[in-house]
Amino acid sequence: MPDLGLEVLLKGKNLARLFTGLGVALKISLASVLISLPLGILLGVLMTWKHPLIRAVLRIYLELIRIMPQMVLLFLVFFGTTRVFGWDLSGESASVIVFSLWGTAEMSDLVRGALISIPAHQYESSAALGLGKVQTYLYIIVPQTLRRLIPLSINLITRMIKTTSLILMIGVVEVLKVAQQIIEANRMSSPNAAFGIYLVVFFLYFIACWPVSLAAGYLERKWR
Amino acid sequence: MNWEFMAEYLPLYQKAAWLTLRIGAAGVAGAFVVGLICAVIQYEKILILRRIAAVYIELSRNTPLLVQLFFLYYGLPKIGISTDAAACGVAGLTFLGGSYMAEALRSGFEAVSRVQTESALSLGMDKRQTMQYVVLPQAFSTSVPAIMANVIFLLKETSVFSAISIMDLMFTAKDLIGLYYKTTESLFLLVVFYLFILLPVSLLGSLLERRLRYAGFGA
Repeated sequence: MPDLGLEVLLKGKNLARLFTGLGVALKISLASVLISLPLGILLGVLMTWKHPLIRAVLRIYLELIRIMPQMVLLFLVFFGTTRVFGWDLSGESASVIVFSLWGTAEMSDLVRGALISIPAHQYESSAALGLGKVQTYLYIIVPQTLRRLIPLSINLITRMIKTTSLILMIGVVEVLKVAQQIIEANRMSSPNAAFGIYLVVFFLYFIACWPVSLAAGYLERKWR
Repeated sequence: MNWEFMAEYLPLYQKAAWLTLRIGAAGVAGAFVVGLICAVIQYEKILILRRIAAVYIELSRNTPLLVQLFFLYYGLPKIGISTDAAACGVAGLTFLGGSYMAEALRSGFEAVSRVQTESALSLGMDKRQTMQYVVLPQAFSTSVPAIMANVIFLLKETSVFSAISIMDLMFTAKDLIGLYYKTTESLFLLVVFYLFILLPVSLLGSLLERRLRYAGFGA
């Protein structure tokens, strides 16, 4: 059995540092989710409106954001804005901006999908009953939409957490960066640390995402 | 915008785009095979393999590709399994994509009604024939939209390969920014090349979706 470098974890504050790193990633994804949810709901509702200009603008926004890899978006915002506008964004704020833009696009598409899955007669019947536009949404459409939407938006949270691993590339010190630092610092004493440490990071992400996935799956089955 | 600079470094981007496409295609193909195997195992409810497939799917779906790649590229050599970067990229993409493909195909399998398999069996087909001629074609055509979405997702994920020093589009752009400070030009070319790769795939996806919508029985 070769040395797997797991003992490095117990040295000093290494394990605690890894958790702090994971905390940074989780904080950024949580902030982005909190921004994306309301904005995505708003845009998703707007997308179902018949106004051609609103539809076209939102469609372009959605397709542009979704076709670009998130890493490219990160680079565009982090390096591009510095060059073009002279902004000096920190890695953290650049990532929150990018993930909010991306999350809003994804969320709005989920909302749109859930809304158009409601058959047209639901709208027509409530109009026939004399409900106004606001009332129709509040009492008829939203309660039906939520059942479909909640499991899907919980899934979006796990995707957000997984995507935050990319922020390493624009210099944010998160769990992978901490792992690199630990491996570098212990290069002499335990040269095999890369195996153990990266395995631990792998499972840290798994532990962060799995319960959320399970919750989404459970709600999806329960509300089918 | 410095167009001469962009013209000068265009070949570099072309080479990187080819590399991205090659690794992406190999990874997508691998992911499809793994996904198909997992989906069939789960559909046929094969005893122990079913558990293994379930564990694999959960592990792969709940971890980021970047972390998987770091483990494959930096971690595995420490216990004597050494691979080059491109092989790691393909392996990582296969590991990640396999579970997504499995989920896409599984929902396709579930959409094939029981009557279909029962009729096939009563016509005297054996289990393998039923799978090959009756279930698989229908399941596949139902899952085409999800599969195409996964292909786009996997091609987008190739952008993290630059982290394990594969010279893909991302790596090239980062390199040029670092070397010449031509940020705008490098990023512009990067976006153009990704659009060049991803737009056709995305259009093909929506085309296939329309063509295959009525392929399933009774749809």
